[in-house]
Parts: sequence; structure tokens; C-alpha cells
Amino acid sequence: MLAPALVLYGWFVLWPSLQSLRYSVTDWDGVSPTYRIVGLDNYERLLTADTIFRQAAGNSLKFMLAVVVVQTALSLVLALALQRNSRSSVSLRALYFFPTILSSVSVAFVWSFVYDPTLGLLNSALEAVGLTSLQQPWLGDQRMAIFYLAVVQIWFHAGQMMVVFIAGLQQVPQELFDAADVDGASRWQRFRFVTFPMLRPTMVIVVAYTTIQSFKAFDLVFASTGGGPNHATEILSTLIYTTAFRSFAFGYAAAQSVIFMVLIAAVTFFQQRAVSWAAGGKA
Amino acid sequence: MSSHTRSSPASRLGRRGLLTVYAILIAVPLVVVVATSLKSTPQLYADPVGLPKPPTLANFATLLTDSRIGRSFLNSVVVTAFSVSITLAVSSWASFAISRIRGWLGIALFGLFAAGLAVPAQVAMIPQYVIFRQLGLTDSLLGLVLINIAVTCPVAVFIMTGFFATLPQELFEAARMDGASTWRIYRSIALPLALPSVAAVAIFLFVMHWNDLLYPLLFITSPDHETLPKTLLDFRGEYTTNYTLLFAGVLIASAPMVVAYVALQRYFIAGLTAGATKG
Repeated sequence: MLAPALVLYGWFVLWPSLQSLRYSVTDWDGVSPTYRIVGLDNYERLLTADTIFRQAAGNSLKFMLAVVVVQTALSLVLALALQRNSRSSVSLRALYFFPTILSSVSVAFVWSFVYDPTLGLLNSALEAVGLTSLQQPWLGDQRMAIFYLAVVQIWFHAGQMMVVFIAGLQQVPQELFDAADVDGASRWQRFRFVTFPMLRPTMVIVVAYTTIQSFKAFDLVFASTGGGPNHATEILSTLIYTTAFRSFAFGYAAAQSVIFMVLIAAVTFFQQRAVSWAAGGKA
Repeated sequence: MSSHTRSSPASRLGRRGLLTVYAILIAVPLVVVVATSLKSTPQLYADPVGLPKPPTLANFATLLTDSRIGRSFLNSVVVTAFSVSITLAVSSWASFAISRIRGWLGIALFGLFAAGLAVPAQVAMIPQYVIFRQLGLTDSLLGLVLINIAVTCPVAVFIMTGFFATLPQELFEAARMDGASTWRIYRSIALPLALPSVAAVAIFLFVMHWNDLLYPLLFITSPDHETLPKTLLDFRGEYTTNYTLLFAGVLIASAPMVVAYVALQRYFIAGLTAGATKG
């Protein structure tokens, strides 16, 4: 009963994940029948000499931080505004959630049009209200493009995290709010001392999931910009793909993927500590 | 009610303002996509964001007579149908088995599948490509189905094992006493009780598999074996910034999801949320 899932998962996921470690110490190009063991050369080059890798790691962190902070705050605010099960709340939730069901490729195309410098929605809207000075090349702006992509990711997934927060809010016992009211708590105090601490488990889940999800945002970035212009939106997941399947440096890309895995593990670990601490917990 | 009696008119106005602005931010790009798909290219350049005057279905006609998107649509249907149903079958078997194994072995097996949730696709994809090439499974729909099952069974096992573990054990013991086999207990008792959890996982898998880009990008080389996300991506190369055709393609590719979402909204929201946060 266990065998089919175990075989497929072991053979096509677990085993390849371990194989990456082995490839990472070779110079294999993915095609040749032979390759050399190069020891830790790949890692050394990645960590000391490879500026594109460093840029991609930086972009991954920028993208992740922007998405985690803004999307978590936004989805929490939306959840607080829509926590009651009124008719209008239920319809608005359905609308806000809608982008979640679309494919990353579709969302990437929609936003390519929004950001298009000549035809796009944003520049047209700015022109219509006379703010032509604010018009931008958007995804063509090397310094800011990664943040404009973060906006797309937030548009894509904030509704989903809102639903998670609403589920968390609806589990807070009403008596706690009643008690706070009896004590004469202000709205802010109610949020700070009742809602927020009670939401801690939900917050931990949302932040952890959003972190992983934004690190994994391969499809969206690949379909939006392919990592360009000039690596301005290159994140680790797109860089690993192009290194392996465009430059055919399998060994080198495998080393990138191992560092990627370590980075995700480290960030998740510290973030969980930070979230627990910020929410006033002891764990 | 008490929690809302004290909200001032100003804060109620603020709440309404926020909700309206966000609704506009979500809706406007979507409306523009539909409007653009109904324009000709000259109409788009003359008036990029306005409504189509008059609307035309020419883009849809072009795409539907282009056999490529029809072929991809069919491939997507086949790959998604097989991927979802087989993942559900093998994962529910595994979950039931794991939930019946007592002691450290059950915990270890559960942990083994849970580990799969932490591994990003990019970590396994290079060796995966090598293995599939050796097996002759690149550029085939069967290969896509197999990889879909392998990469999504961890989340399915994770959710369903959790569910099976909550079922009262007495039910199974009573059936066992009556001489029922494990398979029979699974089929006649456990699975019917687990249907809500299976349905949630099914929706999650449906969306994941239908929308996946990575594995077709890795494995598929001939247009005949492409699924929709990859075809759409290639379209952009072909019709560079021809948004009118591109958005007609986006609508065709999204149509099954949108129809299912409208029909099963509540289950979709629950299923995708469970898949996300329990995974």
C-alpha cells in the first residue's frame, strides 16, 4: 500500500536531491559521458568570485523580505477588515483570493502589460492624471525591478494568506474580546494584547509559508523577466535553471542548488525565532 | 456584535475605503486582460486601456484554429487528470498505511514524506533531468505525470495522514475482528470518511498540476507534447508583445480554473489554503 508513493517519491525526489550533492563536486556539463571530480572548487568560485551568484542571492533576499513584510501586513489588515461572515465580506474574500487560482505564467503576462512602458496600464494611468513625471520603465529599471516583481507576487498571493488569517481570527474565543471590552481596552489595545498574541501560531505558519513561497517563485520571475535586464531580477531559482539548462554547467548549478537549500534552511530557522520573539512568545 | 459596536464612523469609512481600493487593484488588471483579448492590435495601439470598440473574437478564432493551443489544451487535460487521480490514489494508500503503523516506523515514514515539503524543486531538478533522460521519459506526457506524482505526493501524504490519524481506531479494530482485510477497511471505511480531506487535496493538486511550468520547461522539447503554461510562454517569444493574442491565450488557459472556482468557490478556498498552510 505504501510502495507506489514511496518508490516514486524516493526515486524521483529524495534520490535526486542527494545526487545534487554528488554533482556539485564535479565539472559535468550534463552531456559528456565523463566528468572530473573538482572537489570544492565550485563552492569556492561561487562564494568568492561569482558576482552574478551574489547578485542573485541578494535579489532573492530582497524579494523575500519585501514580500514577507508587505504581504503579511496587507493580508492581516484585509483579514481584520473581512473577518465577519457577512455577504459582502464573503464576496470580497472570493475576489481577493481569485488571483491564487491563476498560473504564474498568466499572472506574469498580465503584469507585463500593466508595467509595459509604452502601452501599459500604469504609465497610461499616470499620463491620464497628468503625472507623466512619475512614469517609469518599471521592469526595465535595474535598481527597482525586483521590487516591482515583489508587488506582482503580493497581488498574486495576499488573498490566500488573508484566508489563512481569517481562519486564525475566527478561532480566537469571543470571551477574550468581551473581557477586554469590560476592562475598557481601546481598539489598539484589543489588537495588541488579545488578537495579536492569539494569532501567533497563524503568524508563524503564514511567515514560514510566504518565505518558502517567495524563495521558490521561479515560474513568476522566469515568465516575467527571465531574470533580466542584465540579471537585475535574477533570483537563485532562475539562476540555477539557466546555469544548468542554458549554460550546461550541471556541476556548477548543482553547487548553486546546494547553497540555495542551505540558505533557505538558515533563513527559515532565524525567521521562526524572530517571529516567535516579536509575537511575545517564549519559544 | 460587541466587537463592532464601538467602531467610529471614521474607522468604518477607512475600512470601506481600504476594501474598495484593494478590490479595484485586483479587478482592474483582470478586466483589462479581458478587454484586450477582445481588441485587434490596431485598436490596442490606438487605445491601450479603453474598452474594445467594437469587440472582436478574432484573437480567439486565430488561436483555436492554430492547432498548437488546442493540442496543448488537450495535453494539459490528460496530464492533469492522470496526475491528480494517481497522486490521490497512491497518496491515500500511503497515508492510510502510515497512519496504521504504530511506533517509530510510522513516525519515521511520516517524517520522510514531510522532508519532501522542504526541498525546493531547484535542488532536485538537475539529477531529475538526468534520470528522466536515461529512462527515455523526457519529451513525454507519461514523464510529466510521473514527476507530478512524485513531487506532489509529499503534501498529499502530509495532509491525509493527519486526517486518517484523527479517525477513531475502534472502527478499524471492529472491522478487523470481522475479518476485513486492510484493503477492505481502507476502501469501505477509511476512504469514505476521508472524502472531505481527499476533496481538498484534489483541488490543490488540480491547480498545481494545471498551472505547472517548471517540468514541461525541463522535459518537453516538441510542441506536440507541451502543456498550456509552456505554450503560452513560447507564444510570447513568437508574438512579441502582441498582447491581444497573448491575453486570448491566457483566458483559454485559465478558463477551466475559473469555471471550477466559480462553481466550487468555498471548496477551492478551503482546499488551496489547506494545501498551502499544512504543506
